[in-house]
Amino acid sequence: METSFALTGNGYVIVAADTTAARSIVKMKIDEDKIKTLSSHLLMAHSGEPGDTIQFAEYVERNIRLFQIRNNYALRPSAAASWIRRSLAQSLRSRHPYAVNLLLGGYDTAEDQPHLYWIDYLGTSTEVPFGAHGYGSYFALSLLDRYHDPNATLEEGLATLRRCVDEVSKRLVVSPGKYKVKVVDKDGTREIEF
Amino acid sequence: MNSFANRFSTTDHLRELKRAQANIEDDEFSDAAWGSEAGFGSLAKGVPTFSVPAVPDPSAFLRLHTDDHADPKCRIKIQHGTTTLAFRYKGGVIVAVDSRATAGSYVASGTVKKVIEINPYLLGTMAGGAADCQYWETYLGIHCRLHELRNRERISVSAASKYLSNLVYSYKGMGLSMGTMICGWDKTGPAIFYVDSDGTRLKGDLFSVGSGSTFAYGVLDQGYRWDLPDEEAQELGRRSIYAAGHRDAFSGNTCNLYHVKEDGWHFIGNYDISKLHYDGPDNVDGAGYGYDVRVGTRS
Repeated sequence: METSFALTGNGYVIVAADTTAARSIVKMKIDEDKIKTLSSHLLMAHSGEPGDTIQFAEYVERNIRLFQIRNNYALRPSAAASWIRRSLAQSLRSRHPYAVNLLLGGYDTAEDQPHLYWIDYLGTSTEVPFGAHGYGSYFALSLLDRYHDPNATLEEGLATLRRCVDEVSKRLVVSPGKYKVKVVDKDGTREIEF
Repeated sequence: MNSFANRFSTTDHLRELKRAQANIEDDEFSDAAWGSEAGFGSLAKGVPTFSVPAVPDPSAFLRLHTDDHADPKCRIKIQHGTTTLAFRYKGGVIVAVDSRATAGSYVASGTVKKVIEINPYLLGTMAGGAADCQYWETYLGIHCRLHELRNRERISVSAASKYLSNLVYSYKGMGLSMGTMICGWDKTGPAIFYVDSDGTRLKGDLFSVGSGSTFAYGVLDQGYRWDLPDEEAQELGRRSIYAAGHRDAFSGNTCNLYHVKEDGWHFIGNYDISKLHYDGPDNVDGAGYGYDVRVGTRS
């Protein structure tokens, strides 16, 4: 079952999402990238209704890029979160709403701080120190309440993420096999071998 | 204010588009505009649409007339049971499918062509609604040809599959049912994309779709290697379809096998699954794929 996690630390946000694309009981693909890089300092993990996820993620990606081209500066994480939330809220009140859940992690280069937003398909958006979507969240949230440290180094943050992944594979019946992990900090975004 | 300004603007692109549309409707366009539709491509005639039943909820209407789970007497039966597979390896793409069409528990046909030849370089497979796959993949073929004429270059498998996925996504929730693999060879080499009516589009090396897909995966995954020789790759495709045809009640009859190489697709053959069971592809008595045939006296 689809699962994504994200957590902040000292000057970074880690975003992780499983890499399986399933259809009924079959895994159609095991190396699907569900984390989009929206701009130099912005990452977005997407999950939910197949089809909607990719269409909405690409829509967001291109609009964020368009803003950057028009204005010669990128949206800050809080502004991007507001825009994305509003798009989802408008979509919810249309004939065919996007059923997409998001974790938006970014590094605000103006105030030198990492930000993480938890956004769901109903248009809820909230800034959180850590967040999760999918069945994995039932195990990971309590774990993160216990172990998360907002001042942790990247190594410590990855160790906490490792705890989440291990717990989910230990307890969830149909646990995802592999995760893709990306980090955003002052130097931009990058993928991490996990 | 903006829309007010646009109304009087002469350079606004919407206005340009309207003018192009007006030209086409008036039949008074210059020779230069003839082939290219004045550079507006298919947009000149508006976004292509497909008429839906004139009822408030088209998908409920469709369900009412097609859902044979709820009502076995319903008039329109949609073909559901199928096994199709495709995989990419160093020698190209192997596409193999069964040929059975079922309507409920009735075998409606045993000679269905489930590989749709979009053009000499592109193949599409058929799972789910037969009509949906046939119609939209033929429609995709038209647009691939138009792309070729407009850009003097063959369409990539990626672009063709994205065209199809965007198209079916625009009909999401209206009752389309298709699970297809778009296979071909382009500048980047052999490629396969899985596209279904949810709007999912996945790039991959190996896919199987349909009610028999789990059985096909069982054989396919175990026998798959990137550097399979051509003969063995074809054999693997055939054997996987045989496995599904044998175990899945809604798949069977015959297996159609295609091989996509750099110069386009080639039809390899049509194999009777019962014959594969007893005699194998080369019709040698006792060389079949069947468990009892294979194990013989050892069991």
